[in-house]
Amino acid sequence: MRSWKVILEIAKTHLFTKLKSTVTASIGVTFGIAAYITLVSFMTGLNSMLDDLILNQVPHIHLFNEIKPSEKQPIALYKEFEDAIPIIHSIKPRQNQRKIHNALPILNDLEKNEKVLGASPQLQSQIFYLSGTIELGGNLTGVDIMKESKLSNIQDYITQGSIMDLKNTENGILLGSGIAKKMSLSVGRKIMVSTARGDRFHLKVVGIYQSGIAEIDDIQSFANLKTVQRILGEAENYITDINIKLNDITQAPALARVLERKYNVSAIDINEINAQFETGTNVRNLITYAVSITLLIVAGFGIYNIQNMLIYEKMNDIAILKAIGFSGADVQLIFLSQSAFIGISGGILGLILGFGLSNFIDNVSFETEALPTITTYPVNYNPASYIIGFFFALLCTFIAAYFPSKRAKNIDPVQIIRGN
Amino acid sequence: MSLILETKNINKYFGKAKPFHVLKDISLGIKQGEFASIMGKSGSGKSTLLYILSTMDTDYTGELFLQNELVTGKSQQELSHIRNKKIGFIFQFHYLLPEFSVLENVMLPAKKLGLKTPAEIREEAMDLLKKLNIGHLDSQKASKISGGEKQRVAVARALINEPILLIGDEPTGNLDSNNSENLFQILKTLKDDKGLSLLMVTHDEDLAKRTDRTIYLEDGRIIE
Repeated sequence: MRSWKVILEIAKTHLFTKLKSTVTASIGVTFGIAAYITLVSFMTGLNSMLDDLILNQVPHIHLFNEIKPSEKQPIALYKEFEDAIPIIHSIKPRQNQRKIHNALPILNDLEKNEKVLGASPQLQSQIFYLSGTIELGGNLTGVDIMKESKLSNIQDYITQGSIMDLKNTENGILLGSGIAKKMSLSVGRKIMVSTARGDRFHLKVVGIYQSGIAEIDDIQSFANLKTVQRILGEAENYITDINIKLNDITQAPALARVLERKYNVSAIDINEINAQFETGTNVRNLITYAVSITLLIVAGFGIYNIQNMLIYEKMNDIAILKAIGFSGADVQLIFLSQSAFIGISGGILGLILGFGLSNFIDNVSFETEALPTITTYPVNYNPASYIIGFFFALLCTFIAAYFPSKRAKNIDPVQIIRGN
Repeated sequence: MSLILETKNINKYFGKAKPFHVLKDISLGIKQGEFASIMGKSGSGKSTLLYILSTMDTDYTGELFLQNELVTGKSQQELSHIRNKKIGFIFQFHYLLPEFSVLENVMLPAKKLGLKTPAEIREEAMDLLKKLNIGHLDSQKASKISGGEKQRVAVARALINEPILLIGDEPTGNLDSNNSENLFQILKTLKDDKGLSLLMVTHDEDLAKRTDRTIYLEDGRIIE
């Protein structure tokens, strides 16, 4: 015996005759949701920007030959000392090449691996930047620039010139912005570098690299892999590092261990490199959600108060409705449908306002040395947070209205009618 | 004639810690087409009895029958349906929903019952208003009309679902003698023309004398 039509009709009449309370309650929800959307969009935008900053520059898995002592010292090979505890003083690192053995076959093998998005070879070398008699120490990294641009977004950090310029110039160099400033060099000029052994080479500046981290920009430059191999006088298979990007970052630790054994190299995964990075993200998310939920709860209390007041005002109406045949559940539905309307209308307005605000933030200029490619504040338009926001608005208004409506349900009409 | 309403040994107490015996062994019956009035001093329990008879108050002992069907012990949901369908109410303070129009107020119980289409309900409500000479007020807000008019609207609302019993709690109590007489005539006509059973609490001795039967209550007991 539920007559929805007449219940909604009564709810509607109440809402529109008390337009002021309705609007006030809706505005509470609107602001709660708008603040939630804005905060979440902005915070997750910032989070993903900061994550990208780290994730783009750091490979998911980094393969290299580590300089370390042999795990198994020669004494372990003697059967005579099997039961003894050897004590060795002054252990030296094992004599080893810096290059990865069989680097080219490993690269081929990695490219075939389904879990791997891509693998890029690198040759890291210590060099000196020369300017007259001044020698500045630095790193020159040989890269396959096309692969590198796909895997590490290096192009985002090239402030002048482009990756194509480096690819097409055999003796080109992407100079760190710090060195360029110190040596007053710009694109098109030449720089002399010297290897640790003293060999000198002229390289042409084809671009400026700026990571945003001054310590790196002061020493780091990039050149083509072949160029660096030639400078060092090494063969084409001389590769010291392999950077791997995976399709699924969460598999990094497990795969790192597998690759370590398979290729007999050292492998570190992104979690080891940036243990604290996830913690920071989680804490920021926690703060975002705590603040937004607080806002919605405050809005919920507003609705609770208004519903309570409405029910006091409507005591006579409730009694008369019950007397003429509306059940307690009908009366409760009248009040619940009112708050559903408040929740839905306030929620939708909140989503629109929230979208507008985050769009505004998205267009506010935000320029920083650290992030050369970012010009405005980062905002994340994730449909999921809009859906969550909307359902949270409904949940909040429902809970806020449930208790007052339950009271309305249980009002004894006889008491009200006799009270007059 | 069959009994529309019948009670057997109804007792009611107020309060829990120190119960006060309000109604004592009330047994009565209202026949079809009977216009009965209940009289008694303040505190004699006449309103209390009326609300028990109207099924709104369920906190009593004894048995209540409506058209020979036991009502006592039914769920609130069922009682609401019974009130909606079989009983019409007129209160002393008219109790219309102030934010709705006169016509909407009258239509409300029928819409709740949901047996007829909105168009049919609207037509019947208009008919009732016209019969009660307030057809011209249909689109007025219920809060904007006079007391006598309100009470006639309340009568129209009580009649919309064609109940078998009309219950009034001092329906004329808040009206001047002219309007009071008017309302009484309306009620009497309903009884004569449609065979409606009526039961009303009143303070007005003259009015009570003109009904078919007057039940006197004193200290919670019926005295004849």
